[in-house]
Amino acid sequence: MEKNSLSKDIKFALEKSMAIMPSYIVLGIGFGVMMSDAGYSWIWPVLMSVAIFGGSLQFAAVGLLSSGASVLTTAIITLTIHARQFIYSLSMLDRYKGMGKLKLYLIYGLVDESYSLVSSDSIIPKNVNKKPYYVFVTLFDQIWWVIGCAAGGLLGPIIPFDTTGIDFAMTALFVVLLLEQILNNKERRPAYLGIGVTFLSLLIFGEEIFLIPAIIVITFVLVMLRGKIKIEEEGEE
Amino acid sequence: MIDVQHSLILIAVMSVLTMAIKFLPFIIFPGGKETPAVISYLGKVLPPAMIAMLVVYCLKGVSVFTAPHGLPELIAVAAVVALHLWKRNTLISIIGGTACYMILIQAVF
Repeated sequence: MEKNSLSKDIKFALEKSMAIMPSYIVLGIGFGVMMSDAGYSWIWPVLMSVAIFGGSLQFAAVGLLSSGASVLTTAIITLTIHARQFIYSLSMLDRYKGMGKLKLYLIYGLVDESYSLVSSDSIIPKNVNKKPYYVFVTLFDQIWWVIGCAAGGLLGPIIPFDTTGIDFAMTALFVVLLLEQILNNKERRPAYLGIGVTFLSLLIFGEEIFLIPAIIVITFVLVMLRGKIKIEEEGEE
Repeated sequence: MIDVQHSLILIAVMSVLTMAIKFLPFIIFPGGKETPAVISYLGKVLPPAMIAMLVVYCLKGVSVFTAPHGLPELIAVAAVVALHLWKRNTLISIIGGTACYMILIQAVF
């Protein structure tokens, strides 16, 4: 099959990326507003959206920064919240082979939402060149995020209503992503396992460190269930 | 007043560690080598489990034993699910659920 021209690939990447643009802008604004309420100008959320580039950690960072948390606490929270990034990178090892220097940007830009777009092979038609697709999806995603964070930071001081609870946007996003996983996959045990183990881990280990034991147990159980669990490639429709 | 220097240090810590986590698998399994089958398998089954874990993570601060007993969160999550099953539109579900939650904790509970 004849491959697309670069401009067609870029257009396709933009089209896919548009699906997550609204939620990224809303979440970014939520984060920017929280930073603004904590006394940080719009430059801070923008800096963090480039330096950290990870929504969940950035939301947690608002509390860390404004309370003057220690370096150790910050390090532990970063490792706990972003442990899943290790898993994302693991699953992109094969797909990102032969990407040259662009691989550095792709790895840096591998966040929850871009991961969902680059790791689902079935949403990429055969005539689309994967290399530009990966790069431009990642780039567009980050652009929406940076715009959202900047907008939130700028709007924060002038928003006329109480924004308490706006951080729920994060929860809502993950509930939607989980629901999509459950609706699109016949094999739902990994999702249920994730809920069950994490909840038990929270009860046993407490809020501070429960993510680490949860990740270890989930990974261990999934490895044990290998051969019994089959996830089909989810299709476009 | 915000502590600029300490804030910058914390952001640097978060940035460096995040990059370390993201790049580590590519350093352990450099390009050209075959990725072990078990790792490829985990790449497929872990994402739904991780997303489920994040939902629990987001709700970790909810206290069931003290008022309002996690009711705002329960109602708002139910609203997100209902909206999403109805319209299947991510933006509507997120904005609707968040607005519902903000109203509940500011005006109702």
